[in-house]
Amino acid sequence: MTAGDFLTIDLPAVLAVVMAAVSCGLLGNFLVLRRQALIGDAISHIALPGIVVGFLVTGTIATLPLMLGAMGAAVIAVLLIEFIRRVGRLEAGAAMGVVFTAMFATGIVLLEQTGSSNVHIDTEHALYGNLESILWLGLTEWADLLAWKTYATMPRQLATLISMTGATAVLIAVFFKELKVTTFDPGLSASLGLPVRTISTILIVLVAVAAVAAFEAVGSILVIAMFICPAATARMLTDKLDRQLWLSASTAAAAGVGGYFFAAFGPQLWGNENALSAAGMIAVVAGLLQVTAMVVGPRYGALTRAIKNRNRRFISDS
Amino acid sequence: MNTVEVLEVITLQAGYNTAVVLVGVIALGVGGGVIGVFSLLRKRALISDAISHATLPGIAIAFMLSVALGGSGRNLALLMAGAALTGAMGIFAVQWICRHTRLAEDTAIGTVLSVFFGIGIVLLSHIQTMQAAGQAGLNHFLLGSTALLTSDEALLISISSAVAIVCSIAFMKEFGSVAFDEGFAKAQGWRVARIDLIMMLLILAIVTIGLKTVGLILIIALVIIPPAAARFWTNRLGRMVALSGAFGGLAGWAGGSISALLPDMPAGAMIVLAATSIFIVSLLCAPRTGVVAWSVRQLGLQLTLAETRGLLAMASGNTPPDPMARRMVRWRGYIDSNGQLTASGTLAATEADRQRQLWEAYRKRNPEADTSFYPLGGCRIEEVLSPDVVSELESRNR
Repeated sequence: MTAGDFLTIDLPAVLAVVMAAVSCGLLGNFLVLRRQALIGDAISHIALPGIVVGFLVTGTIATLPLMLGAMGAAVIAVLLIEFIRRVGRLEAGAAMGVVFTAMFATGIVLLEQTGSSNVHIDTEHALYGNLESILWLGLTEWADLLAWKTYATMPRQLATLISMTGATAVLIAVFFKELKVTTFDPGLSASLGLPVRTISTILIVLVAVAAVAAFEAVGSILVIAMFICPAATARMLTDKLDRQLWLSASTAAAAGVGGYFFAAFGPQLWGNENALSAAGMIAVVAGLLQVTAMVVGPRYGALTRAIKNRNRRFISDS
Repeated sequence: MNTVEVLEVITLQAGYNTAVVLVGVIALGVGGGVIGVFSLLRKRALISDAISHATLPGIAIAFMLSVALGGSGRNLALLMAGAALTGAMGIFAVQWICRHTRLAEDTAIGTVLSVFFGIGIVLLSHIQTMQAAGQAGLNHFLLGSTALLTSDEALLISISSAVAIVCSIAFMKEFGSVAFDEGFAKAQGWRVARIDLIMMLLILAIVTIGLKTVGLILIIALVIIPPAAARFWTNRLGRMVALSGAFGGLAGWAGGSISALLPDMPAGAMIVLAATSIFIVSLLCAPRTGVVAWSVRQLGLQLTLAETRGLLAMASGNTPPDPMARRMVRWRGYIDSNGQLTASGTLAATEADRQRQLWEAYRKRNPEADTSFYPLGGCRIEEVLSPDVVSELESRNR
């Protein structure tokens, strides 16, 4: 691998993965704490009909109409879930299951019936993303990174993801207190006069935007994993929300970098030239990190606690 | 496509293969509907999502294994066995996370779903680089396809669905008790965790059976949507199980027929959409809980309220306070064209005023009483309180 290849192909892909992972990972903290972890899963299924409709209406595969379609579908889905939950008195999980499977099935039928599956929005794409299409053509040498004109050729997906991640981080930093109180104590926040429902709606909208932005680059499977695993890992390690946010962002970034390079170069270790799926591998690495935290986490790890309990019993027995 | 063709397909007369496939998806629909009732009532509908995604690595491993052993990797029974194996691992993983860590169940489900699916995708990307026949067929496990179902496979699906249905009916009492009243089930000496496990294994069975036809992404609809639709019609467990099974079977039959008749209609998606239609009809039309029934009830309540408002105002010598109240008392014939109370109107107004006084007396005596009982709610005091309380309030008012 030459430096040029690395800069043109791998660097933008890794950056895109890290940006997608960090923005989803940060938002995931609030989903995990609010017991809405599966919203990310539902939204990534729901985006499919939205993307297909966006394509059918505009006839292009430009990002904006597709993203608007996906956003529209996500908003409709959230409203439908809420409606079914209220009227049908179903639990949130069942309402979500009804809505997202129905919308996903609609998306598949539309895809098959209109022949849209021949163009680039096939289902495989939606699952694995399209990392290899992210090329930074103006970047061939390290010195290019210092030149302004290099940034004019920055791949569009990467630019979208960087601004998305920046916006997420800024919003969380600015509204940290509000998010914290409404997440941990909705009753208290209502009595403090905080708009609890508005904040949770904004959070869901942010989740939808982040999911859709990450989608076309990294695929839905990675989005679902990143909404949950880094936040769950961080939750096993700390009780403080600010620390949890930092930990989840670093876990997400580490899983992104580790998974990407292991998928690209890992197979060469046992003499196989073909790369594995980066999106899948990143989810696996994120899962491994979470398992580590769940088993040997310093305070809440299952093994750590078991040992502590045994020692305590030993002391009380003797 | 003509009417004869349609009739042939939907009555299972269109050739042996089509009929067997259709019977297979009907059995699958019934099985999913029956088992899904219990996970829905247990408020664990989405655990099926973790189970279905967890089958992907098993499918991939079974494929690689059969290729390594010299087979073509198309053996459905072997692929299903692999799917069941990692699906079961997924169930245990969810249970382990819930029991041994501080993470909530939805996080556990999400973790298992995404990580197992990630493993599956890594393995699939490895399989794509293998020079093996039949690897293209693996993609059908994501979205399903009845077109490629052989009659042997359809038979396998029907028989295993039947077994799953029988098992879940056999455990109906246990599942029902655990879902409705965990404390009671524990008091009976049943191991709740074990009953939950059996329930999840039955869901796994349905998921595994439906992989090839419906695909692992949509299969969970078969265990969620029919029970959710059945929930609108009844509060009784036995009826709900029967109804949900019937809805599932109907969805399988309708979806399977449509996909057999029309080109490019994926069966899994059509079955899900058929189930969704049943759900929407239930949501709208169910007696008592449906949207239409609810709206009619709301409207009736509004009208009663308006009538009472008008009568109370007339009783104290005023005119009805708003147009709706005015229209209501006029429509009921309580006032004449001059705006004066008629004979029946005087009676009704006196009665409305008496109701108001009694309720107010009752609320003064019992300030802690439920405030939703109020004269404006159109609720007669004699229907709510016992006669001796009413006569006591009456004597006090006098």
